[in-house]
Amino acid sequence: MVENRPWLTLLAHVVLTFGVALVAFPVWIALVASTHEPSTFLSGVVPLWFGDNAYDSYATMLSAGISTSGAPPVSGMLFNSMVMAILIAVGKIAISLTSAFAIVYFRFPFRQAAFWMIFITLMLPVEVRILPTFEVVAGLGLLNSYAGLTIPLIASATATFLFRQVFLTIPDELTEAARIDGAGPLKFFKDILIPLSRTNIAALFVILFIYGWNQYLWPLLITTDDGSYTIVAGIKRMAEVAEADPQWNFIMATAVMAMLPPVLVVLLMQRLFVKGLVETEK
Amino acid sequence: MKRTLFRNQLLPWLLLAPQLLITAVFFLWPAGQAVWSSFLRQDAFGFTTTFVGWANYTALWADPLYLASFRVTLVFSVAVTVLAMGTALILAVAVDRLIRAGSTYTTLIVWPYAVAPAVAGILWWFMFNPTIGILAYVMKTLGYDWNHRLNAGDAMTLVVIAAAWKQVSYNFLFFVAGLQSIPASLREAAAIDGAGPVKRFFTITPPLLAPTTFFLLVVNIVYAMFDTFPVIDATTSGGPAQATNILVYKVYKDGFIGLNLGSSAAQSVVLMAIVIALTIVQFRYVERRVNY
Repeated sequence: MVENRPWLTLLAHVVLTFGVALVAFPVWIALVASTHEPSTFLSGVVPLWFGDNAYDSYATMLSAGISTSGAPPVSGMLFNSMVMAILIAVGKIAISLTSAFAIVYFRFPFRQAAFWMIFITLMLPVEVRILPTFEVVAGLGLLNSYAGLTIPLIASATATFLFRQVFLTIPDELTEAARIDGAGPLKFFKDILIPLSRTNIAALFVILFIYGWNQYLWPLLITTDDGSYTIVAGIKRMAEVAEADPQWNFIMATAVMAMLPPVLVVLLMQRLFVKGLVETEK
Repeated sequence: MKRTLFRNQLLPWLLLAPQLLITAVFFLWPAGQAVWSSFLRQDAFGFTTTFVGWANYTALWADPLYLASFRVTLVFSVAVTVLAMGTALILAVAVDRLIRAGSTYTTLIVWPYAVAPAVAGILWWFMFNPTIGILAYVMKTLGYDWNHRLNAGDAMTLVVIAAAWKQVSYNFLFFVAGLQSIPASLREAAAIDGAGPVKRFFTITPPLLAPTTFFLLVVNIVYAMFDTFPVIDATTSGGPAQATNILVYKVYKDGFIGLNLGSSAAQSVVLMAIVIALTIVQFRYVERRVNY
């Protein structure tokens, strides 16, 4: 700060308080709505303070779901989402680590071509090639399976680039020392490269977990039986019938549970999250 | 470039195999299929497929719905980008002024990054619900009859706000980083020369923040054009009367629901061209920043 201007500092506090309120308001409304009786929503406007039906909303959704809205129990959907998010994050990190290792530490024919082929995945978001990708997955018989849910999403150019950057900063002397000590490439990879990139892996995991958890279109298409729904895709199926049968407390309870795990990850691992976000965009 | 290398010839291919295989099967092959079927036309029953050349593309440019979708996408992307970046910049400038309280505010602002776009859509959709939504209620008392199911402008406002709300946290983090990288000595020098806080802000910050702003501009446009699919699908489904039918959503609707495969594929190819162009712009810029 160059000089002390109390009124500017005050203005900053006012602006930020307003900003925080703006950011939190929708979630506040969702939390409040999830604690009321279904009958509250039949007339008038949604209340601004908590009701006393919280236990019922959350317990019903977690254990039973609402069969009339085609919503299976949330616990099952949470489990599917968790598996999907972890498989995507771990899968992306694993295949990117080995690819980056191959590209940085070996010289082989068509190395540039391989690099470009990985780069291309950056340019083809799933939304623009959705129909043919769906046909491939259906043809392989992977509908309604974790494999179909995750494998098409785990190719990752950004993660490969990130690890390539990290490996390039690792001094050559380490590689030489490892070779003099008789370490082969795989041993070098396992005992030196991976431990050295530990924080990058953790930071990337945070970002990719959120990415995986929040997948929407792909699970919506790939999962057709309600045992394999994920929660983010499942909530849309509930909202579709909300117009006819406005059980808003259940929908909002589901929404709160759908955002809780990734939000907790961001809040608890903020440092890693920021690191991951900044690094993947370089 | 590494000077010390391993000499194995087979091993690198084994290491690359999973990534290349997935790319080939789930990226290149479907993209090739999309390009190929954009030149084909199926009859209504799917019995015969004929090669029609560029007909699907020329049909697109003659289709008022497609051109309307282009306009909708343009309005939507610009609105989301301006709203999300503008709000984020104001908050970032405020945080940059505060030394101790800054990190608390940062924590309280960044978490919506983790909220799924679909969930963000549902939250705002609930608040704007014409019968019980709190915001619809407020507007009714102010004399405006909000209804995003019937009114095109209302529907567009809803999806823009929901999409921008989620993106503010991301822009905020990058703006804060950009502001903090501006050396304090510059501001001090300006202060010694007698420039007040307002003048200092407008003469020092914009030029030094330009690289961050440009980077975020590209990221936000990509976000608005492609990643907001769930927001649209969970709230308006492109309606009313195509008012929020952005290009990405139209590809899905025409292909999956309308089963108009040739046209959907041609639209996919147009979108791919747009992503490739945006990616190249982004990387050009990144390279330049690295060499800076």
